Amino acid sequence: MTHETLASYANLSLYSAMGVLTLAMLGYAVYLAGWLPARDAVVESTTPERELVGAGVGTGVGAGDSAGSETAATTDSAGVGEVSLRARKAGGVAQMFALLGTVLLLVSAGLRGWSVERWPLGNMFEFGVAAALFTMVVFVVWGLRRDLRWLGVFVVAPVLILLGLANTVWYTEAAELMPSLKSVWLIIHVTVATISVGLFAVGFVVALLYLAKDRWGAGRSVLRALPETRSLERFAYGLHIISFPLWTFTLIAGAIWARQAWGSYWNWDPKEVWTFIIWVVYAAYLHARVTSGWKRQSATWIAVAGFACIIINYAVVNVYFVGQHSYSGL
Amino acid sequence: MSNLSTQPQDPRGDRDDITQPRLGAVGLLRFAWRQLTSMRTALFLLLLLAVAALPGSVFPQRSIDAVRTADWIARHETAGPWLDRLGFFEVYASPWFAAIYLLLFISLVGCVLPRSKVHWKAMRAQPPRAPKRLERLAAHDSAEMDGSQDEVLEQLRGALKSARFRTHSHDATTVSAEKGYLKETGNLFFHLALIGVIVGMAWGHLFGWKGDVIVPVGETFANTAARYDTLSPGPLVDPADFSPFVMTLTRFDAQFETDVKGKGQFGSPRDFTAYVDFQKSPGAKVEKKVIRVNGPLETGGGTAFLLGNGYAPHITVKDAEGRVTYSDSTPFLAQDNFYTSVGAVKVPGAGPEGKQLGFAGLFLPTAVLDDQGPRSVFPDVLEPALALSAFEGTLFPGGRPQSVYSLDTAEMTQLKNKEGTDLLRIWLTPGQTYTLPGGQGSITFDGVERFAGISIRNDPGKELTLISSLVALLGLILSLTIRRRRVFVRVSPADTQGRTVVHIGGLAKDDDEGMGEQLEDVLTQLKERT
Ligand code: HEM
Repeated sequence: MTHETLASYANLSLYSAMGVLTLAMLGYAVYLAGWLPARDAVVESTTPERELVGAGVGTGVGAGDSAGSETAATTDSAGVGEVSLRARKAGGVAQMFALLGTVLLLVSAGLRGWSVERWPLGNMFEFGVAAALFTMVVFVVWGLRRDLRWLGVFVVAPVLILLGLANTVWYTEAAELMPSLKSVWLIIHVTVATISVGLFAVGFVVALLYLAKDRWGAGRSVLRALPETRSLERFAYGLHIISFPLWTFTLIAGAIWARQAWGSYWNWDPKEVWTFIIWVVYAAYLHARVTSGWKRQSATWIAVAGFACIIINYAVVNVYFVGQHSYSGL
Repeated sequence: MSNLSTQPQDPRGDRDDITQPRLGAVGLLRFAWRQLTSMRTALFLLLLLAVAALPGSVFPQRSIDAVRTADWIARHETAGPWLDRLGFFEVYASPWFAAIYLLLFISLVGCVLPRSKVHWKAMRAQPPRAPKRLERLAAHDSAEMDGSQDEVLEQLRGALKSARFRTHSHDATTVSAEKGYLKETGNLFFHLALIGVIVGMAWGHLFGWKGDVIVPVGETFANTAARYDTLSPGPLVDPADFSPFVMTLTRFDAQFETDVKGKGQFGSPRDFTAYVDFQKSPGAKVEKKVIRVNGPLETGGGTAFLLGNGYAPHITVKDAEGRVTYSDSTPFLAQDNFYTSVGAVKVPGAGPEGKQLGFAGLFLPTAVLDDQGPRSVFPDVLEPALALSAFEGTLFPGGRPQSVYSLDTAEMTQLKNKEGTDLLRIWLTPGQTYTLPGGQGSITFDGVERFAGISIRNDPGKELTLISSLVALLGLILSLTIRRRRVFVRVSPADTQGRTVVHIGGLAKDDDEGMGEQLEDVLTQLKERT
């Protein structure tokens, strides 16, 4: 197969992924809103119910006695218990589509890499696809352990927007890399960076849901369908403490590579500055969470600011700021 | 840090009652110190650091691109000088940036050292006495087992130890257990290692140096301070100590994209390789080496990086009598991705005082000349050409330092063409000679070589920084993944003869989802054992 054919298959796979993910998003939306007529509504037997409470609060001995999980159980049954059977099915179908979409994204990235005989992380378009891919991987893998149907629409929708941007604004033809990018450190540094962005992205979404639910509480049905606020906050934290060390590693690996390629491990190049800012902001989040006098809500806002910095780093610094990291391919 | 409650709390135990009436100067100092080393201050300084780092990515920085910085200041007549005075073009060397990170690190030391002491003691102490009422703990459970109290306690200790708890019995009916000391150890190592990172950076700044030099193919570079185009040694570096290696650039290969025609891709660089003959010192054995992008050369006294390249047309200037007044490979600096390059030829010995000759203009590896003006359309040498203007007058007015790539035309006049109707424009392809009007001599474009932009750098602090940052990463992972947990057990006789009731309760730092499971595990293990 020629390289052009491979590249075009990669694009085909990408379009299919977008189609499938759109279906997944619709499924999740239906599930969450319980839009389907409640005709078949059965307040479900305890099994799925327990599952959801389990997702909310780590069950186990003793935990059920704490005040927090008692409210969890009630809100959850009030919210999700009403979800009709059909809506539940929509949620299940959405899970399948999400998985399929993720696989298609993986195939697309793989074909793209094959077509250019290199790691497919060399320009903005490829970063975009990879970030979408890893975000979906985080979501799907996490979803194997917990019921995350409530989260689906909030993850898949931004992923679709990202893919749309990658395909239109950032599209770059498949090609070889410039010399400074030809290094194993590309694979190490950029891949880990993108994985950690995927985790931060899901963490960001959960953080926003936490803040929304905390503010508007049980008033809106969609918010009521989410896990209880304490669990949301803990989910968000849990995701961040996985991605923060990965980001720290990204920073270190980037510095090692910078020394290889540019002669000095730290140059205060705009991209480096922003990687550092992001790191500091998330460190501040972890601090704020344990600082007396700081509420969890305020701390979570710092995490949200952290992700805003990631978006700026990606969409603004890559394209508009002059520096040595001029790899956007634009 | 003895309190492992589920509430977030300040590990320094800051309380608001620190302002006591009899504060003297010492008290005031102590108060300031406690404020500085409090978690809240650390958080504030962290956020401030993030904000302070920002302008350095928005405004051009002098240390990175002095030309663009000067340009920016010139274009913003009012804001430019003010921002300059405030250090916005040297953010990372500015006093306010330094103040923030120094305060942060003082705060760090002030916070971490006492915590290290506390943790050191905690690690060697026994887990504390069990609370009176275990059912008050957030996670708790109870079960009834076969066996006497002592038997059950013995098995409990075993079960807890196999779950890697440290156990201790303060009395005959309880066991206290604790694990996860490595969490705090990791956290302390993380924070202390950050200090190592900073010290390594400072060390490199003081004792490190970097120098840049442009070496056309065929030329030799000897590592002496004078030979560098630019050299920035750290404050404590003596350039006389540079190791005296020598290298000659024998060949330079460059490849550019020709297959893919998409935007931003056609003509992109694909590979650069510099081949050098390297000698550790003059007269030593010649070693064949290559320097690539991403593949620097260790010279034993600094590392040589290939950071740039371009073209150095060989230009010869003769006077009216045919004597050679200039003949050299003259590097021209690339201005765009297609290597439209600017440069200058300065011929001080061309004529009598006040009648020096200078040429300035473009070198174009693949030249086109159309209504957009002269420019290059591909980075490789396919149709090279020189497009020059000529000047006469004083090359170095006032003896001020100036760039080798441009002419200071303040005291020069531009030559006109033969008819005197228009400014003189010289267009030369390799081998061509242009005879200047008015008996000024001639200029010849002999041919073109590539040059390598080599940067040689020495940073003696980088190992410390690297090791410290890896230690920090490891500490961070320990700190974020390990759970600090305490488990307390109390046994009492059951109603049935020969059976024992076990009450178990757990206390964890922060909210710890797995605590319940942990207790369940211990009980399950216990049941298996009895
Ligand atoms: C250079 C400045 C600092 C940075 C980048 C930084 C970063 C971090 C990070 C990333 C964490 C979370 C990971 C972990 O638990 O190990 C953390 C935790 C912590 N930091 Fe810092 N820190 C800094 C300065 C300080 C200072 C000055 C203090 C004391 C006032 C402090 C006290 C703590 C404490 C007590 C924790 C533990 C939080 C917990 O129990 O989870 N840090 N720090």
